[in-house]
Amino acid sequence: MEARSFVLRGVIAGGVAGLVAWLFALVFAEPQINAAIAYEEGRGEAEEALAVAGGAAPAGGGEEEIVSRGVQATLGVGIGMVGIGIAVGLLFAVAYTLLHGRVALRPRVLALLVAGAGFLTIYATPFVKYPASPPAVGSDETIGDRTALYLVMVIGSLVFLAAAVAVTRLLRERLGTWNAVLVGGVVYVALAGILMSVLPGLGELTINVVESGPRVTETPLPLRDASGAILYPGFDADVLYHFRVASFTAQALLWGVLGLVFGGLVERRLAKNETAGRAPEASAV
Amino acid sequence: MDGDVVVRIEENPVTTAGAVARAKATAVPASETLPWLISAVLVGLALYFFIGIDQGAVSVFGDTSYVHELVHDARHFLGFPCH
Repeated sequence: MEARSFVLRGVIAGGVAGLVAWLFALVFAEPQINAAIAYEEGRGEAEEALAVAGGAAPAGGGEEEIVSRGVQATLGVGIGMVGIGIAVGLLFAVAYTLLHGRVALRPRVLALLVAGAGFLTIYATPFVKYPASPPAVGSDETIGDRTALYLVMVIGSLVFLAAAVAVTRLLRERLGTWNAVLVGGVVYVALAGILMSVLPGLGELTINVVESGPRVTETPLPLRDASGAILYPGFDADVLYHFRVASFTAQALLWGVLGLVFGGLVERRLAKNETAGRAPEASAV
Repeated sequence: MDGDVVVRIEENPVTTAGAVARAKATAVPASETLPWLISAVLVGLALYFFIGIDQGAVSVFGDTSYVHELVHDARHFLGFPCH
């Protein structure tokens, strides 16, 4: 098979995975996102009422809506999920093409392994340090820092996995495959752990420390008056939990479907070559 | 019994041994495939950027935040920093 075949199959498998993740998001993400937006709006109103009571002029009018909530919660989330499915499908296909035929694994096993590596490095490891957060969790002022830190986690994880694989290959003859893979796993966890402990928590960013003292995260605390009485509650812990579990599951689904569909498509193509008069790799896609 | 197994392996084109052998035989040489691989990486990264990051921390489409707002929910749900 040619690289073109793999890339096209990566796009197809990624698109299918994105569609599945979209359906999942409609059922499991949107209720949590709506609850988070309701919290954000309620808190905004409480803050404004407080400011008006303190003598400030009313701000008047909310944020202007560029894309309506209805579109965001249906079509918008679909474009996002399918788009990211195709994006990771393309990157996945490149990694798969480079490994295909160079390791002693049948295609569908290799596909699932590469998908697992993508899930681990591009999503799961960064999630441990900087978990997915619903609207209202995350300050406008820190978006630049948060994006940079998140990408450092993603790129770091990819580099660490490459290092772990290199270590495993070096030790394989001496320790045997099983033990070499275990050592590689320890190398990955150790390197990722070091990076996580070096990078700051989002609550430790300067802007946040000035506003509310040093904290680990940006999750909104209760709004209090001068005496310390709670005027508006902190962010609902259950909404945060359900949102994060759903986010993690959606990514597992996205990568899992990508790996399974891609592996199936490649094996079907190879089987077709085999039956077509044993003249494989001719010209077909 | 043994004969039975051999026959089934030959009939089924996707048995483990056969598939591994076939995959090995068809390793893709890097030189022919480089244009495909490079374009796939570029398009993949561009999509990742537009869905995950553009018009948040940085923006290539200028001052509007249409892309950001359209994929807003997916951005949160996929774990990208957003607000």
